[in-house]
Amino acid sequence: MKNRKYIYLKNSFVLGLFFAASVSCDREISDEVQFATFPNSPEVFMDGFTGGLNYFPFEGSYFQAFTVDQETKYKGTSAMRFDVPNVGDPLGAYAGAIFRTETARDLSGYDALTFWAKGTQAGLINEIGFGQDFGENKYLVTTDLLLTTGWKKYIIPIPDATKLIAERGMFWYAEGPENGKGYTFWIDELKFEKLGTIAQPRPSILKGEDKVEIQFLGNSISMADYGLTQTFNLESGVNQTVTAAPAYFSFKSSNIEVARVSDIGIVTLVGRGTSKITASIGGVKATGSLTVNVPGSFPVAPVPTLDQNKVISIFSDKYTNVPVNYYNGYWAPFQTTRGEQAIIDGQNVLNYTEFNFVGTQLTTPLNISEMTHFSVDIMMLELPTDIDLLLTFKNENSAATTFQQNRIGQSYQLDPRAPVVYPSANFKAGVWSTIKIPIRPTSETSLDKTGVNLIIIENIKSSNVKTIYVDNMYFYKE
Amino acid sequence: MEKILKRKKMKKININLMLIKGLGFKSLFLALPLFVISSCSSDEKQTVAQFTELVMQDEFTTDGAPNSTIWTYDLGTGNSDTGAGWGNNELQSYTNRTENVKVENGYLLITAKKESFNGASYTSARLTTKGLFEQAYGRFEARIRVPYGQGIWPAFWLLGANCDEVAWPQCGEIDIMEYRGQEPTTVLGSVHGPGYSGANAITKSYSLLNDRFDTGFHIFGIEWGPDYINYYVDDVLYNQITPSNVKGEWVFDHPFYIIINLAVGGNFVGAPNSETVFPQTMLVDYVRVYKK
Repeated sequence: MKNRKYIYLKNSFVLGLFFAASVSCDREISDEVQFATFPNSPEVFMDGFTGGLNYFPFEGSYFQAFTVDQETKYKGTSAMRFDVPNVGDPLGAYAGAIFRTETARDLSGYDALTFWAKGTQAGLINEIGFGQDFGENKYLVTTDLLLTTGWKKYIIPIPDATKLIAERGMFWYAEGPENGKGYTFWIDELKFEKLGTIAQPRPSILKGEDKVEIQFLGNSISMADYGLTQTFNLESGVNQTVTAAPAYFSFKSSNIEVARVSDIGIVTLVGRGTSKITASIGGVKATGSLTVNVPGSFPVAPVPTLDQNKVISIFSDKYTNVPVNYYNGYWAPFQTTRGEQAIIDGQNVLNYTEFNFVGTQLTTPLNISEMTHFSVDIMMLELPTDIDLLLTFKNENSAATTFQQNRIGQSYQLDPRAPVVYPSANFKAGVWSTIKIPIRPTSETSLDKTGVNLIIIENIKSSNVKTIYVDNMYFYKE
Repeated sequence: MEKILKRKKMKKININLMLIKGLGFKSLFLALPLFVISSCSSDEKQTVAQFTELVMQDEFTTDGAPNSTIWTYDLGTGNSDTGAGWGNNELQSYTNRTENVKVENGYLLITAKKESFNGASYTSARLTTKGLFEQAYGRFEARIRVPYGQGIWPAFWLLGANCDEVAWPQCGEIDIMEYRGQEPTTVLGSVHGPGYSGANAITKSYSLLNDRFDTGFHIFGIEWGPDYINYYVDDVLYNQITPSNVKGEWVFDHPFYIIINLAVGGNFVGAPNSETVFPQTMLVDYVRVYKK
């Protein structure tokens, strides 16, 4: 990830230089100038690989998933065959690979990647497209695709072909088992085409919505995380949407003193204030926008004041922390929450996004019998008025699982076993709240205090909390 | 620019006409349409007029409402003559509001919107020259960019000026261009008359290869004489309908008027769905009518 960022930065730097050079020099290009161009051959796989095309499976995938099949084919002498493994296959959990050329190709004369495909069942290929080269994947295009058991032609439009003057990522896919079971699909006549019927572009960012977010000075965010798509109407009348890499878009920041967007869609927050980021592809304005409000630098959580000997700390820069297995268990299948430990301005903080619920599991169950309170610092950037968080200390080691539950914000279910320990009115967007929760007698809660091993925070009312920061989680003795 | 386009087009049409008459073929490429046309048995005797005298034109050069000396409107959701939904279960209510019809930047814009209006879920417009311009025979053509999407149904067509006295389809209907928004590469040309109307109309489609009708302007036209109607798109003559093609009386012998409309839904296209983008606008660059 870090390496990738480095490549991005390097690239913008080079482009910046080029720009500076070109504006400072008015000399026109002479007629004799011949620009170096890459070959524009359209074929990827017809009856075998086109010259210089290589197969690179993804790490963790079933490496032998791809073979050339001479029995089953749409046309000619062979087709590409992909064997998706069963769940639990020791050779790989899924099938997935990129097909990359050694020499880049000029694809700017085409408007789509097309192929014929069929499956042994009507599987939904999770991700399929082009532009993945195991480099910076600058012009990555991804869509999903529902197979049928008969041969059918599929069209993956190029979001803006003028960008693809030197592309190496000819094709890529990733597909897991369907309902636990593997299956096989075939792809044939894989090539770039100029169909002339890919029309009516409708680019979109943030899924077409206008969103407002708090972001902090000095942070960088990637527009790739904000739902970038391009939709075309095909000859069949079908609207085909693909996920398009930021480099296909031209981004505009309404206030470059606040936010600047690089050519690969990295937004850097450079000043306090508000900026609206909009985008277009090939001159067509994208629906949706991202407005960033930058109140200043990331506010560091208040430093706890108690001495180490009065606390059992789970997450804090001030104290020695007990070992944990994780700060986010990524519990399948219902958890949406992403993110965990992050370092912002040199401070460790837990940074969760798409927050519905998240748990921290301790390596060794804690005896909190001597403790009187649990303290946690919470900050939310968007603050729904109906915020209702359920915070649970759980002991999974007692004969039956026991727990103490606490409501933060409000308790819309009026659950008497989970009293409100912090009123919603005390929260402020983008400001840390320190919440002190009394440890109640076991007779009230059932919690066996000798072996607490899980701390769970739930967004119980599914309030619109995109980002939540958590810091300084510790039990203490008053 | 317009003039050059026109000259180029006329020249090409003339070549086609020569081929129809069998006056000559200059190359193998040009000879190709000849085979298509000469398969009609009446070709040898047929006389084809060249319609060169411009008798009506609207280039849509004045912004605002369309020229009221040429155009009037059909309004609402149909009437007792046509039946509800204009006889086709169409879903729009036609208006003459600026939102639905206007001239701007040299084009006539007919816009279909998704909005509740007088009990309909969509609004659009339908312009006619009824009582203002009616003519038998001639060359009728328009340069149009059609919209797109499931359930979108633009049309450029002629209706017999006697349809108020003689019931449809006896009064006759000539569809110069119809198009289904979900089939963006294909247009259709048809005639409706007694014994060959509705689903039994005499019709032929014309499809573009590696192109579509909603991304640029195309010329849609007919050349209509006493015993033939030639259909063309741009410089391609793609069909000829003669009395021998229709399974009933040939009723294309009296004045007709022009209709340009943008319907939403209806039997021909089906209803729009969640994928249909609104609003949708049909652009008309010009309408021109010639006679002999």
